Amino acid sequence: MYTMGIDVGSASSKVVILKDGKEVVAAYVAQVGTGTSGPEQALNEAFKQSGLSQQDISKTVATGYGRFAFEDADRQISEISCHAKGVHFQFPNARTIIDIGGQDAKAIRLDKDGNVKQFFMNDKCAAGTGRFLDVMARVLETTVDHLAEYSEKAEFPASISSTCTVFAESEVISQLAKGEKKENIIAGVHKSVASKALALAYRGVIEEDIVMSGGVALNAGVVKAIADQTGMKITVAENPQTIGALGAALFAYEEALKDH
Amino acid sequence: MNQTEGMNSKQMLGHYINKSFQDAREAKANGKLVCWSSSVAPDEFCRAMDIEILYPENMAAAVGAKKGAPDMLKIAEQKGYNVDICSYARVNLGYFELLKEQALTGKTPEALENYVGEPAVLPDVVITSTNLCGTLLKWFENIAAELNIPCIVIDVPFNYERPMPQRMVNYVKGQFEYAIKQLEELCGRPFDYDKFLEVQKQSQRTVAQWDKIASMTSLKPSPFNGFDFFNYMALIVSYRATAGAEETFAKCVEELEEMVKNGQSAFGENEKHRIAWEGIAVWPALGLTFKTFKNMDTLMTGSGYPDIWSLRYTPGDMESMARGYSNVYTNINLEERTKAVEKIMENAKCDGIVYHNNRSCKLMSMVNVDIAEAVQKNNDKPFVVFDGDQTDPNNFSAAQFETRAQALGEMMDAKQAKGGK
Repeated sequence: MYTMGIDVGSASSKVVILKDGKEVVAAYVAQVGTGTSGPEQALNEAFKQSGLSQQDISKTVATGYGRFAFEDADRQISEISCHAKGVHFQFPNARTIIDIGGQDAKAIRLDKDGNVKQFFMNDKCAAGTGRFLDVMARVLETTVDHLAEYSEKAEFPASISSTCTVFAESEVISQLAKGEKKENIIAGVHKSVASKALALAYRGVIEEDIVMSGGVALNAGVVKAIADQTGMKITVAENPQTIGALGAALFAYEEALKDH
Repeated sequence: MNQTEGMNSKQMLGHYINKSFQDAREAKANGKLVCWSSSVAPDEFCRAMDIEILYPENMAAAVGAKKGAPDMLKIAEQKGYNVDICSYARVNLGYFELLKEQALTGKTPEALENYVGEPAVLPDVVITSTNLCGTLLKWFENIAAELNIPCIVIDVPFNYERPMPQRMVNYVKGQFEYAIKQLEELCGRPFDYDKFLEVQKQSQRTVAQWDKIASMTSLKPSPFNGFDFFNYMALIVSYRATAGAEETFAKCVEELEEMVKNGQSAFGENEKHRIAWEGIAVWPALGLTFKTFKNMDTLMTGSGYPDIWSLRYTPGDMESMARGYSNVYTNINLEERTKAVEKIMENAKCDGIVYHNNRSCKLMSMVNVDIAEAVQKNNDKPFVVFDGDQTDPNNFSAAQFETRAQALGEMMDAKQAKGGK
């Protein structure tokens, strides 16, 4: 039996197709989110990867910011529950999830069965999210994919103290004007993202194992900054951008079982 | 004939709210005094002296619910009030500017013509109390200073110590006595202690009916939809010391009892989960917040906010009244507040709780996380915190609210599936 999870985010659309609730047969990330061709593109690519078609899918669960805009789903489930489900599937010992996506950051505490015990999300502010890194990368004349390479070569993180994305951008510009090395500034930007995400996690209790998911987990610089600040080991989820979609596909499997 | 004969409680609610404004307008036209009061200031003193009362916080909430807040917020901000100030204050200070301009020029500003709230009149006196927040003090002082009218302040110290020490009871009683003196000077006649006692008795009869409504939510399924607290609240705040409020709440209790008798309830078969709502309502999104939970078959049955006006004391006993106005929920220490939230959840049989992190009300919001964790430690019920605002729609995001509400529903589902409801 095949089930599907689709995570329609603000910055990207992710699809995971699962066989019998166990094996990932397709996982695709389209780099555009809700309101674009992203969801359709991700669906088509996932079908191409798996050689399956819509008729083969028993159930579909949608999650993410655009979950209600995706009409072909059997059910919508919040990204909080889906991330918890996806991470627990990959790492049953995970107790804390730090998920940083395109426009939100969340810290989720899990119990031993993978249920959500508590969660905290950012408020109406994009500081400490993927958007923050996008803005900084543009000012620093690079792309988000290259940020980690730069910060690896940093001597020390430059001070980026503003929480606000707009003010932090001005700070980066003034650091550049002062002649600060791009590597150090980028390490400072990563440190700033880590602090913001950890501020959410610290509202609860940070328990190990800690797993990071979401697109920003692909940036080794941010992962290192979080590990440095917590003094704890951070595990990056496998294919971290698709964790929400994986969780949705797992929920879809549970739904499908109910019908059989 | 009784004007409210044949009306249901919601119609009576509308009738008496309109009447409170009408009474104030008539008083003003006839040269009688009108007071603007903060929502938990003791209204008994003014009522005893036949002073009509209007409530700026209520006015702001009503304008917010009617989507009229942005126009008033803009005027207050143009006047220089910072966007970080409480949005009730900004909405009311914006409206106040318009009333003042009208009084000074004799012309009605366009924004006042388009005002969506019930028309108010400028005050001759203001009364506020520190049992709620410090913002109210500055807000009412500003109004008094701009109009050059008396500002009666009932200073109520924060209750760090429990039970409330006698020295604090004496202090608050002293505040009451000074307020009486100020009113005697303003009215030019001695304080009417006989009427005061009658007003106190009426106030307690009203509160008893208000508490009865709240007690109905302990029934499962509940006949009362907790979001209706936010509607009926207008009367317990502004009309507490009048028979109209008592009659309205008694009617509401009668309707609920009738529903129970007929086997009816607010959501019928669809009452899947029950939640508590901690904090002030999001007035501009009252419908959205209600519907989000309704679509999840989740009924709000408990809230600490309407419970603030369960102001109980013994009529004729000033010390008891001092205790009543001091022990309000916003003026007690964290431990007591945590217990109060737990009690509300227990009485209303809630499966989870939503905390409103309200940009406007730092006083009620800054303790949310601590209370949430302490309550969860004791009752093991899931909670969510969302960011919003009581009247400034700029500080609320519907999509973010829906995601958090849905996650709360899923956490309650998971707990129910495990048999741990």
